[in-house]
Amino acid sequence: MTDIAAHPSHFHAEHGDEHHDADHKPAFFQRWFMSTNHKDIGTLYLIFAIVAGIIGGAISGLMRAELAHPGIQYLGHWYEMLHGAGTADQAHHLWNVLVTAHGLIMVFFMVMPAMIGGFGNWFVPIMIGAPDMAFPRMNNISFWLLIPSFTLLLGSTFFSGGTGPGAGTGWTVYAPLSTSGSPGPAVDMAILSLHLAGASSILGAINFITTILNMRAPGMTLHKMPLFAWSVLVTAFLLLLALPVLAAAITMLLTDRNFGTTFYDASGGGDPILYQHLFWFFGHPEVYIMILPGFGMVSHIISTFSKKPIFGYLGMAYAMVAIGVVGFVVWAHHMFTTGMAVDTKMYFTAATMVIAVPTGIKIFSWIATMWEGSLSFQTPMLWAIGFIFMFTVGGVTGVLLANGGIDNYFQDTYYVVAHFHYVLSLGAVFSLFAGFYYWFPKMSGRMYNELLGKIHFWVFFIGVNVLFFPMHFLGMQGMPRRYPDYPDAYAHWNTLATHGYEIMVAGMAVFFVNVIYSLIAGPKAPANPWGEGATTLEWTLPSPPPYHQFEQLPRID
Amino acid sequence: MLKTIRGTVLAMLMGLAALGAQPAFAQADPAVQTVTPNPGAPTPSPASPVVAGKPGDIVHIAPTAGVGVPTDKIDLQPQVTPIGGEARWFHDVILVPMMALISALVLVLLLWVIFAYNARKNPVASQTHHNTFIEVVWTLLPVIILVAIAIPSIKLLAHQYSPPKADLTVKAIGNQWYWTYQYPDNGDFEVVSNMLKEKNEVTGKEKARTDADGPRLLAVDERMVVPEGAVVKVITTSNDVIHSWAVPAFWVKMDAVPGRLNETWFKAPDHPGVYFGQCSELCGARHAFMPIAVEVVTKAQFAQWVAYKGGTMPGPKGASSPDATVGSPATEGKAAAGPVPADAAVPGTTEKPATTSQPAVAQN
Repeated sequence: MTDIAAHPSHFHAEHGDEHHDADHKPAFFQRWFMSTNHKDIGTLYLIFAIVAGIIGGAISGLMRAELAHPGIQYLGHWYEMLHGAGTADQAHHLWNVLVTAHGLIMVFFMVMPAMIGGFGNWFVPIMIGAPDMAFPRMNNISFWLLIPSFTLLLGSTFFSGGTGPGAGTGWTVYAPLSTSGSPGPAVDMAILSLHLAGASSILGAINFITTILNMRAPGMTLHKMPLFAWSVLVTAFLLLLALPVLAAAITMLLTDRNFGTTFYDASGGGDPILYQHLFWFFGHPEVYIMILPGFGMVSHIISTFSKKPIFGYLGMAYAMVAIGVVGFVVWAHHMFTTGMAVDTKMYFTAATMVIAVPTGIKIFSWIATMWEGSLSFQTPMLWAIGFIFMFTVGGVTGVLLANGGIDNYFQDTYYVVAHFHYVLSLGAVFSLFAGFYYWFPKMSGRMYNELLGKIHFWVFFIGVNVLFFPMHFLGMQGMPRRYPDYPDAYAHWNTLATHGYEIMVAGMAVFFVNVIYSLIAGPKAPANPWGEGATTLEWTLPSPPPYHQFEQLPRID
Repeated sequence: MLKTIRGTVLAMLMGLAALGAQPAFAQADPAVQTVTPNPGAPTPSPASPVVAGKPGDIVHIAPTAGVGVPTDKIDLQPQVTPIGGEARWFHDVILVPMMALISALVLVLLLWVIFAYNARKNPVASQTHHNTFIEVVWTLLPVIILVAIAIPSIKLLAHQYSPPKADLTVKAIGNQWYWTYQYPDNGDFEVVSNMLKEKNEVTGKEKARTDADGPRLLAVDERMVVPEGAVVKVITTSNDVIHSWAVPAFWVKMDAVPGRLNETWFKAPDHPGVYFGQCSELCGARHAFMPIAVEVVTKAQFAQWVAYKGGTMPGPKGASSPDATVGSPATEGKAAAGPVPADAAVPGTTEKPATTSQPAVAQN
């Protein structure tokens, strides 16, 4: 066994990389608007993700406010504020616009940019001992494509989308609601927005694959590569294979909408279900795209704060590969009620459940990493442990939903909403916060405030659980998704969920106070604030790292 | 709200509503008997002897608390079909304990490492990073658990896809934003089902919802009516965008896709009742306002309702006429006697449907 984590002493950066030239930074405009530096681009991605996260989170606040009580409380007022007086149907359409925007923003403009663009850009090159990404200018365009993409999506709110302004198709953009059901430019703008975001991600994926396969420091074989780099490598392959399918699917939507084709229109020989197959062939790998880098980050954090090498390194790496591979052959479990043959349903039930095996390997390996370790509970560790448990809860409800026969009840209910928020809002987002606190000293050169970090964790942890756990109960009683109003029997748990959102927002306020305070007045961070457990290459560099690192490549033996 | 329905809590916990719902239906029955002339509806077909003495629509059965309607309890809705019962058993006995045990195991392990291996208690970390045996164990153990889940899961799927011979076929058609129900076995009449608005929302001649119609956002003006005990084949399709026809109490959900005919089925309970569901695929502005209501009535009432809607009952003419004439008095007596006696009086009223003439279902 030659895994790198077992031999932390093998990581030694050459010390020639801190001389003056390495830290020469270009002027402001050149540095931030024409950037080719992976760390600066990573910072841009993180800032973008935080801005998008605030917008997407605020939208969920609007939705929780409306859902706090039965009846339509606010939608009419919000519609009037945005677009002037309108009908009840237009107000209800606004609800669908909010649902759509929340989903698209959180997936494409918050989680993905933060995980892959942000932390991936910042730390993959450093962890593999590379001076930068393989294609620095392509890295730049990857980021800057997101700006027009996000602008198109937000702008679509003000153009006609059928019943009312904005794209109200859900993030899945199912035909024919998105074709004949939504005349007007809004849905075209949303589709173009997805095209741009997809192009951005494909370019990013090519960049990561090239970088990781070609630019590892001498001696760093794939089997010595840190798990975060592994996770980004697997993610990049998923992006590369899945996003072109999405691009094809939504291009056919565009031509169906504007050029008279009938790919998804049965009256012209097409089929609306074809769209769903194409979408979910992308959409299911997409959920692993959102969680795999989180797996990588959590592995490093658990190892660091347990002062132990990661347990079962090879199993961990290949579990991610297995999740990625199997993730491509389970897509139709999102479509169990579309009218599938029984054999198809049986296959997709069984295949989906298989994913629980590599996921279980990861959960147990993290616990085994902590076993007999010497655990300290700084903020990143709290988030990582919270991640493990919350992801487990989201994982087991996923096993329930994998059963095709069960989905005749649960499909499109709040149970599904609870499930995917447990794996994303409590899984992916917990790992993002874990990574943020873990690397904040490295990225900013300043320590965050430990007390505020811990308060943030506990308040947020309680908030999201109060917010999302009752949704299981709503789903068990059959409450459908994407409803602005519900029968009064669902009021109890909806009101509680809205209180959970309020608690979560309080936690987020602590987070922003912490970030601002720490950036301005946080104590200077040492090169390695985490001690002997932090063994990857970024901790061999000063905090923050020089503008160009590894002008002489580190050697890994 | 949790407290107000305590009376029926026991019944709901039984899962199969057949046990608990029976007395409740007896209370609801008086409403069933009322007959209202409906000026907007087609004139009753004079050809049908069923309605000779009773032209008119049936008035909605009032819902039973906790059955066929959502509650705020931590439980599945009570299941009233055999498939629902099986699925509920799978959920309650296999899946939920599995989820609870695995979550509890992970939680206990996490708490254990937190308390036993924190830096104060265990200042020097071991450097173990590999143990083939334990890795094999935690790979194989989940496989065994998954196989244990897969067996009942696959069985449930097989049962869902082996419907008994259908007694009745209903075509549920999604529209923005209402459902229409066609009865191809019964002369292919059509029922348009719109959500009932609240008193303060109605305009003009619109009928406002009453509690007998069902809860807010679930009550409809025209329910899909089926006879008790019947195996009902439901064909779903749509006239515009994708909708989804769902009745949680039947464990049924099937997308209504334009250009496709999807098939599902349920076995109606053996006693009258009403069961609600809601559109379950995002279909535009009024997605939340196109509920589904299925009313199960006695066979006599069903024949009467079909005739009132201008439909016909299938089967040999000679056999159905005497049955049907008996049906009316039997129904009359039900207010006092409860729903049970009516069944015996009208055997075969709904049998021998022309379901075979239905187009095959898209099965891919």
